Amino acid sequence: MEVDQLQRSFLEYTNSLFREGFLDGQFGQLQLLQDESNPEFVFEVVSLFFEDSERILNDLTLALDQQNVDFKKIDAHVHQFKGSSSSIGAQRVRNACIAFRNFCEGQNVEACRRCLQQVKQEYLLVKTKLEALLRLEQQILAAGGVIPMLDS
Amino acid sequence: MELCNCIEPPWPADELLMKYQYISDFFIALAYFSIPLELIYFVKKSAVFPYRWVLVQFGAFIVLCGATHLINLWTFTMHTRTVAVVMTTAKILTAVVSCATALMLVHIIPDLLSVKTRELFLKNKAAELDREMGLIRTQEETVGTMLTHEIRSTLDRHTILKTTLVELGRTLGLEECALWMPTRSGLELQLSYTLRHQNPVGFTVPIQLPVINQVFNTSRAVKISPNSPVARLRPVGKYMPGEVVAVRVPLLHLNNFQIHDWPELSTKRYALMVLMLPSDSARQWHVHELELVEVVADQVAVALSHAAILEESMRARDLLMEQNVALDLARREAETAVRARNDFLAVMNHEMRTPMHAIIALSSLLQETELMPEQRLMVETILKSSNLLATLINDVLDLSRLEDGSLQLEMGTFSLHSLFREALNLIKPIASVKRLYVTLSMSPDLPEYAVGDEKRLMQVLLNVVGNAVKFTKEGGISIAAFVAKSDSLRDPRAPEFFPIPSDNHFYLRIEVKDTGSGINPQDIPKLFMKFVQSQPLAAKNSGGSGLGLAICKRFVILMEGHIWIESEGLGRGATAIFIVKLGIPGRLNESKLQFVHKVREINVGRMVTKGLLVHLGCDVLAVASGEDCVRAVSQEHKVVFLDVSIPVSIVSKLL
Repeated sequence: MEVDQLQRSFLEYTNSLFREGFLDGQFGQLQLLQDESNPEFVFEVVSLFFEDSERILNDLTLALDQQNVDFKKIDAHVHQFKGSSSSIGAQRVRNACIAFRNFCEGQNVEACRRCLQQVKQEYLLVKTKLEALLRLEQQILAAGGVIPMLDS
Repeated sequence: MELCNCIEPPWPADELLMKYQYISDFFIALAYFSIPLELIYFVKKSAVFPYRWVLVQFGAFIVLCGATHLINLWTFTMHTRTVAVVMTTAKILTAVVSCATALMLVHIIPDLLSVKTRELFLKNKAAELDREMGLIRTQEETVGTMLTHEIRSTLDRHTILKTTLVELGRTLGLEECALWMPTRSGLELQLSYTLRHQNPVGFTVPIQLPVINQVFNTSRAVKISPNSPVARLRPVGKYMPGEVVAVRVPLLHLNNFQIHDWPELSTKRYALMVLMLPSDSARQWHVHELELVEVVADQVAVALSHAAILEESMRARDLLMEQNVALDLARREAETAVRARNDFLAVMNHEMRTPMHAIIALSSLLQETELMPEQRLMVETILKSSNLLATLINDVLDLSRLEDGSLQLEMGTFSLHSLFREALNLIKPIASVKRLYVTLSMSPDLPEYAVGDEKRLMQVLLNVVGNAVKFTKEGGISIAAFVAKSDSLRDPRAPEFFPIPSDNHFYLRIEVKDTGSGINPQDIPKLFMKFVQSQPLAAKNSGGSGLGLAICKRFVILMEGHIWIESEGLGRGATAIFIVKLGIPGRLNESKLQFVHKVREINVGRMVTKGLLVHLGCDVLAVASGEDCVRAVSQEHKVVFLDVSIPVSIVSKLL
């Protein structure tokens, strides 16, 4: 049936995301937190993540365009971004943030700008993936099925 | 003769008159004959009739008169000479008897009349006597009542006695009336009260006089000689002294009044009342007056005993009031003292703990730094001593709060396994230093989690196990924990410990057995008393305050349990056993932990953390900023999560 098919596609897709390192176990935990009392939990969390991320990335871009770069402030922003991406399980974004912070410590403006680009790229990637995943979920729900749980 | 027109007479007129006479004579004779018969009949009936001779005479007279008239009947018609002779004889006899009777009656009639008068006289006399008797009786009663009333109207001893004498004197018209009371020694009688004149009061006579004994041996009033020493109350005058009567007045004591018996009059304490009639009055003591005196004496005795009882009860009441006042004062003082102590403890609680904790904390920090061996040793000693002191302070404060009843258990869910493991870990180092083994056996039916005051249970366990280690030189300690079933719950030595099994609770029984020096069975009750150390010899190293077991006992009791120690004697080791009541988690309503979660500006993290915490069963409140957090935090919130970037000012406000 269509529901089955959708569910299978959902599972396959989620597994691929894990395999490719886009998401880690934290995302699985989030999915576990979704239950009858909290049916839109994952969706809400992901939406919040997108909002936060947009804001932080804008702040970072502005900060790095300044004449006198305030590394402390940049470090704080990156730290926050690292936190939120960890919360959602966006592994690659987090790793990029860690690298970013190291260069911040070294006070290397060029390197930081390069890192920012990296972070933005990773973010856009994971955003696309997550949006696709959410769409699949909606489709399953619309077809009257339940979102399947991952085994691992 | 003229005839009337009405009826034709059968006989001629002369004959009619004769007929009438005939009939009248007949009736007269009849009457005359019946009168003596009647007399005889009635006299026979009556018991006494002194004049028989008169009766016979009178009877004869009547009979003869009757006979005369009877014989007359025959003389109406022609009669023979015999009849005339008989008639004449009868008439002569009648005449004789009549005259004799007439003469006799002259003597008799006055006598008869006087009998009647005498009867009347006697009747009057009897009535008079009756009246007099009645009068005397009422008089007696009135006097008795009045006297009693007078005597009873007061409860004061002296008034009673004085009144008695006065009233008696008045009623009986006495010249003198006196009361002799026994002295304290009981060997003499002292003149205490007199009616008329003031004799030197204080006059005494020995009690063993024969006349006094005579009076005391009977309850009746006794006439005594006016010359006896008790009666010599008036100056000897030229007149004959009046008759003197003495009566005993029993002095009843309170302890005579047993509940079951009447007071025995063998109290041997009597007072003597002496009453003197006016001299030269030739009056005599009458029986009713003596009776009155006896009655009065009894009344006086009763009144005196009432007065004594009243005095006693008033004294007792005054004493009680005094005691009450004193007790009240003592109670208020005690309350003030307790309040002062509590205030002191409350202040010292905080004041003592703060520096103590500072010392301990800083000493610990000092330990972490670079120190020379001697310095390290010094710091360790400081730390150990201050820990000991802190424990002591806590113990004392705990105990006082326990005694007040103001200590409350802090209930929470905890793991039994981890409790025992932790206790074991704490005790193992000390035990191994003394080369003692420590074993722990937990029965499989012990629940994993329990609800109770973990900290205090740990305290009790550590105290008991610590004692076991302290007093064991070789061998070891074995700790056994299991769920107590009903048979193992009761301790015959503690009948008041009555555990009630229920669904939400279970009784945890812990036995700590050691192979140490044991305890003398006589000392066992003292173990749980404060500040009492039962082993002065071994106490050299113990360094305890004697409070440990007392506190344990209080905690165990608070946990609705029971603790006791068994030992077979010195050198035979000892086993400490305690049972506490714990709740079964999940079946009780646990209060949820409340969290305030706050992460600055990063929503995702906040949301995820909130989700996780909610999943764990907590109540979570998430706020967006430091100020919101400060506003939202309250006593209910047990934990606050803050991001590290929160400014210190907010943090300090939160604290």
